[in-house]
Amino acid sequence: MAGKSEALQDLSVAYVMQPVAAADWLIIAPVIWCILVGALLLMLRKRTDLQPLIAIPALALLVLMTLGLLVHVFQSGTLSMTMGRWLPPFGISFTVDLLGAFFAATSALVALGAGIYGRSDVDDTGRRYGFYPFLMLIMAGILGAFLTGDIFNLYVWFEVLLISSFGLLVLGSERKQLDGAVKYAFLNLIATTLFLVATGYLYGLFGTLNMADIAIRASELRGTAPLMTLVTLFLLAFAMKAAAFPVNFWLPASYHTPRLVVSALFAGLLTKVGIYALLRILGMLFPFEREELSFLIAIAAALTMILGVMGALAQNDIRRSLGFLVISGIGVMMAGLALGSPAGLSGAILYAAHSMVVMTALYFAAGVAARLGGSFELTSAGGLYAKNAAIAAMTLMLFLSVAGLPPFSGFWPKIMLVKASLDIGAWWLAGSILVTGLLTTITVGRIWALAYWRPAVHEDQGAAALGPLPAGATIALAGLVAITVAAGVWPEPVMALAQDAARGLLDPSAYVLSVFPVEASQ
Amino acid sequence: MRTVIFRSIAPYLTSLMVLFSIFVLLRGHNEPGGGFIGGLIAASALAIYGIACGVAPVRRAIYFHPMAIAAFGLFMSGMAGVLSVFASVPYMSGLWIYPHLFGVEIPLSSVLVFDVGVYLVVVGAISSIALALEERDRD
Repeated sequence: MAGKSEALQDLSVAYVMQPVAAADWLIIAPVIWCILVGALLLMLRKRTDLQPLIAIPALALLVLMTLGLLVHVFQSGTLSMTMGRWLPPFGISFTVDLLGAFFAATSALVALGAGIYGRSDVDDTGRRYGFYPFLMLIMAGILGAFLTGDIFNLYVWFEVLLISSFGLLVLGSERKQLDGAVKYAFLNLIATTLFLVATGYLYGLFGTLNMADIAIRASELRGTAPLMTLVTLFLLAFAMKAAAFPVNFWLPASYHTPRLVVSALFAGLLTKVGIYALLRILGMLFPFEREELSFLIAIAAALTMILGVMGALAQNDIRRSLGFLVISGIGVMMAGLALGSPAGLSGAILYAAHSMVVMTALYFAAGVAARLGGSFELTSAGGLYAKNAAIAAMTLMLFLSVAGLPPFSGFWPKIMLVKASLDIGAWWLAGSILVTGLLTTITVGRIWALAYWRPAVHEDQGAAALGPLPAGATIALAGLVAITVAAGVWPEPVMALAQDAARGLLDPSAYVLSVFPVEASQ
Repeated sequence: MRTVIFRSIAPYLTSLMVLFSIFVLLRGHNEPGGGFIGGLIAASALAIYGIACGVAPVRRAIYFHPMAIAAFGLFMSGMAGVLSVFASVPYMSGLWIYPHLFGVEIPLSSVLVFDVGVYLVVVGAISSIALALEERDRD
């Protein structure tokens, strides 16, 4: 009896909560901000002139918030806030470690670029269909996914970003867009359903959905529960989201149909949310099962990167080619996940951040090229270097960056991954990363030679037909190029960040401690 | 569907249903009901009015575009959670005040604000779809 009352007293201690410090609101602020601004923009749907004037400063503030969050997490370690004064694991926790904060900050930068680029790319019709509200709401979904510490909540954020992405895909409701959107929607709904099935299974096994709680209990249940089945289901669901081979066919079918800025945003962010979920669930929660599956993941990774880049090489439409390069990059990140070592995971994290920036910038560059040359087709594009040398130079930097050549941001994560593969003797994985780099160089070299270096095919086409290049497009492109150059020339801070983030994944004790401070201290 | 009987009944039915939806919304905190189900009832009320008397009168009656109503609901629900900033408690914590109005204690909470927001989101979103479908019907 005495023991029981003691236990009750202990529980009551747990119910006394520390007041939430103002700085801790940064955990949830980016998501709330996106939802509130998205709702406001939806109310002002008809005021197409006002929308970018509200959305772009709002996105700039979002960048500041996420950078503030990154600094805060860097200084004071993993942060956690459980909604509604419930206690974890019953309340929904938002838990932000370096990985989540790093991805959140990078994606906010990309979204700001898309907001600025969208000013010129999305006309009044697109704005009336809700480009800016959808942009804010998709960012709410993406940031929510990066910042949440609860698996079912992760599913909800996936739904939020998926539904917003449907809206963005069909801006304008053209026939071709609807065709792409149906394929995209159908295959993504299958992936999301698989995710939901796996989550239900997980809840049945663990009785909890809180990631920190699962991290504690996974080792107890490993002997008895069928965790391999569970993890394989998660792997399939998220590989589909990330567009890894052999479940990547939805991406090339849909990414070239929407407005360019939408393709850019999707290419930069959506597949990386899948990679993030793989890193979080396989890398952090179930490292033993990931180890068991690592050979399978490595084969899928090698095939994804090689087949992706071969697809890119075969295309005539620049946007289609870039869509395949997105897939190829996913293979490189999956290779890091397959390795699972600190170097492998940090390489994957850094490559994901690099890919967010560079893929978006490449789509921007393709859009600018189409505006200058009048076409996305390689057969008819030409003479872009002669028309605008500055844009051509920026595009060349992006091409070298995506191919993984120094001194740009794609170089360092590839070096880390190749070294990590050679360390464990997986020469074939290292080889396929290097071969992919070579093939990517050939692909982008072909685009460069045909669209930029070659003299114009038709003399009549050109800038005059489409008017002068809008300032917004140039600013967005230049900003993202500056980021990739800066991260390539001065890689130490981001590399250190990625390495710390990978350490946090491999040893989740800090993550658990931030959610359960009471239990951990006992 | 535009029979005389239906057309004469529909306005009364609609007003009753909207009234009932608000009742369901308000009782929802402690008893079955709430913003979602209340919103569905209100949306069906608008749909019935639309079927009976045409979509244009409904749009005139609700004055704002349904999507704007839904957006305002989303904004309201989001802001209901932000109130916790001022109490230094985590996001979405329920905060209560008990004002006395004419000698009756009326418990008001941020949860209620959230629920009204949900109500508006559901009314706006569902009636936006319903009205669009009813308009298509007549083309």
